[in-house]
Amino acid sequence: MNVQTKPEVKRADEAKVGIADCDTHPTPKSLEAEIYPFLTQHWRDYIDTYGMVQRIGFASGTQYPKGQPRASRRDSFPPDGGPPASNLAFMQEQHLDPHNVDMAVSIPLRIGQALNQAELAVAVCSAINDWQEHFWTSKDKRMKASIVMAYENADACIEQIEKHAPKDDFVQVSMLSRTPEPMGHRKYWPIYEAAAANDMPVAVHAFGYGGNPVTGSGWPSYYIEDMMAHSMSCAGLITSMVYEGVFERIPKLKLVIVEGGISWLPSLAWRLDRIWEKNRLELSHVTRPPSELMRDHIWLTSQPIEEPDTRRHLLETIEWIGWEKVLYASDYPHWDFDDPKHVLPANVSKEQRQGFFRDNAMKLYGLA
Amino acid sequence: MDTRYESAPREGSVKILTGAVDCDVHPASPSKAEILPYLDPYLAESVLQRGIESIESVHYPPKAPITVREDWRGPAGAGPALERMQAHLLDGMGVGTAILNPLMGVQLLMNEDMGAGFARGLNDFIAKEWLDRDDRLRASIVVPQQNPKLAAEEIERMAADRRFVSVLLLTASELPLGKRYYWPIYEAAEKHGLPIAIHAGSMYRHGTTGLGWAGSHSQDYAANGVNFQTTLTSLIIEGVFQIHPGLKVVLSESGITWLPAYLWRLDKGWHGLRMLTPWVTKMPREVVAEHVRFTTAPFDAPRNAETVAKIVDHIGNDDLFLFSTDYPHWQFDGDHAVPDGFSDDLIRKMMIDNPRATWSRLEESA
Amino acid sequence: MAQKHVVARVSDFEGTDRKLVEVKGRPVVIFKLGEDWFGMLNRCPHQGGSLCAGKLISWVESDAPGEFRMSREGEILRCPWHGWEFDIRTGENCARPGKYRSRQFGVSVVTKEEAEEVGNLEKFDVSQEGDFVVVEM
Repeated sequence: MNVQTKPEVKRADEAKVGIADCDTHPTPKSLEAEIYPFLTQHWRDYIDTYGMVQRIGFASGTQYPKGQPRASRRDSFPPDGGPPASNLAFMQEQHLDPHNVDMAVSIPLRIGQALNQAELAVAVCSAINDWQEHFWTSKDKRMKASIVMAYENADACIEQIEKHAPKDDFVQVSMLSRTPEPMGHRKYWPIYEAAAANDMPVAVHAFGYGGNPVTGSGWPSYYIEDMMAHSMSCAGLITSMVYEGVFERIPKLKLVIVEGGISWLPSLAWRLDRIWEKNRLELSHVTRPPSELMRDHIWLTSQPIEEPDTRRHLLETIEWIGWEKVLYASDYPHWDFDDPKHVLPANVSKEQRQGFFRDNAMKLYGLA
Repeated sequence: MDTRYESAPREGSVKILTGAVDCDVHPASPSKAEILPYLDPYLAESVLQRGIESIESVHYPPKAPITVREDWRGPAGAGPALERMQAHLLDGMGVGTAILNPLMGVQLLMNEDMGAGFARGLNDFIAKEWLDRDDRLRASIVVPQQNPKLAAEEIERMAADRRFVSVLLLTASELPLGKRYYWPIYEAAEKHGLPIAIHAGSMYRHGTTGLGWAGSHSQDYAANGVNFQTTLTSLIIEGVFQIHPGLKVVLSESGITWLPAYLWRLDKGWHGLRMLTPWVTKMPREVVAEHVRFTTAPFDAPRNAETVAKIVDHIGNDDLFLFSTDYPHWQFDGDHAVPDGFSDDLIRKMMIDNPRATWSRLEESA
Repeated sequence: MAQKHVVARVSDFEGTDRKLVEVKGRPVVIFKLGEDWFGMLNRCPHQGGSLCAGKLISWVESDAPGEFRMSREGEILRCPWHGWEFDIRTGENCARPGKYRSRQFGVSVVTKEEAEEVGNLEKFDVSQEGDFVVVEM
């Protein structure tokens, strides 16, 4: 079967200036080929024997089976047989080139951030950071890397931040939203302090296996419920960070919420304001309204963007969030990919579009 | 920017319409002494000889600001509490009918029989000490959520008293509320024409945040915002409304401003994943329009009529709104129970028409 | 006024159920289902995903949670991106039939002799035996 791999190379006017894609998922062709070179023999043997085990029951695969193989677009499997987004040339051909992507942020997933074996987590995250440089950012200057955090070990995280932050190739630090404790917990503060001190935003990607049921009411049955709970995990972590006073304690901290969608943010901000204003005794360390703290410290990647039938509603919602706070993301190669040609309604101003597709990200990551 | 934080509400407030229904109100929990006469002999003796002093939930610390608005506080006891409710709400604000959702933590007990025993005692207490004393009051049946079969039995027992108009569940349960484990509750409720009032709070089998335990009361209370969403998803996706087409659900102390973004996301997900749960034959937003309603307090939004009007537009369905004060929880100041920006039409619907359409028993005289 | 274009040989479909072709500059995916033929614009009406990469699945219905009734095997195309289902016979989006449909084109099979009247034939070697697949656009 001959499948058309290149999408229509129909450059819309606004695509003359390149766009910034703030969420892509480069993947190793295989652990053996691309990650083992960065691990000691001990860890290679360990992984071969015991696997990379997280707080889920399955030996392989995800806790909730996905809706499409590897949660990816079916047309994103490269011709050479590797997993989606394991082949830079194919990603260039299918996504970076035709969509005129000037800057793509790599956020590796499913790669050991919260492994039960704590030392293995540190080793694998370190390897993944080296892997990004070796296989991606050094080979295509458009690719930018995230310093992947083994977040249960703050010292190791600080070491990685100090090692990689000075490099142009790395633009942020990355965590997963379902941490074993909510992200405002003080055990994570040293990571945020180091990130802020090194001018690295902290990106948190929806997902992860912290060991808690994915809802406050236990484990749902179905994959779609897991998907819905992703964005809700972002609401939970923001609540935690705001009410624990993290943003007041670390004024330079920037938080990027990745792959949670966006439209839920205003009603969360309003709710946190209302509860805060009544609980000033408990929250005396939170000296400003949560909505203001969120406005100052939090960015959101756009995908999966909500699609109300009345498109004006989406625009009004982005108005409440702030046009300067939203960053275009494709989530390539995942199935719920947002195509840049279709993601925004037509009646958006040039400045808003420019900010959404490029300027907000360039400014946030200091690449302007 | 119209969502800039404003601390002070505007002057003046909307009057409660004659005959208005307040769809979520809380009686004071009985003290040990008050509930004892209503417990079965074995449970009563257990309470005394084991020193069981209280089963109040930590969700509302007794002296915390949200638990009771400062000017609504007063001495303990059902009698004084009822007098305050009459003075503040029924006579004071002119609410015509108030639906009591008792929040004593019977669902938190691990022991299923004990939970059932306390539920029975609490329902009988409410009937005698509250409903008998003011015919403007109605109540939800409190059930032992920890055992759906026993819960169904309690529904059967209490259904004959027509002043009990719904069934109370807490939103953060042991399992997501849509799961088949809970279906006996929905079957019994549908049979008797009783909506399910799913209320803020938790059985505390899990940390409320979905990410572990909260580090503060504020964080714990905020978590309801998320938990209502995951609960609603469970009810829709597990097909509860497919099996029980006559069932209605009232999310209570939920507010509603989160609903548009939530439905946009769930509708989009369902669109591409329909075949994974094909018994959900309608778009989630249609399921909600048919089966789910929302009490308005707390209305988490800026104090700005223009923004509120936009939010109402995004929600796009005035039938979903049910007026509530959440008395005596502190959700508004003075008499400002209705947010600025609601149209007269919406106000009339949420205070009069929608409650009557939702609770069929409200049409019956006391 | 719709014209007919030869797009493939029937023999091209040996061992495959689909072929991506171009007609008047537009990408069209042809499906062969038993003896029936269907043609669809290769762009999902949602966000333009390449439909020819989608899986053909059964239509799944249910009257109650936990029950699954499958029919029409291979007649439902699932977009490879967001997974929307399209009935390849009608182009209707299964979840919201009134609101979305994929763009369908008439597809038929003609003999070599009939094909002489049809456009695009110059791209094919007519000395070979076998029928042709024709798209109406």
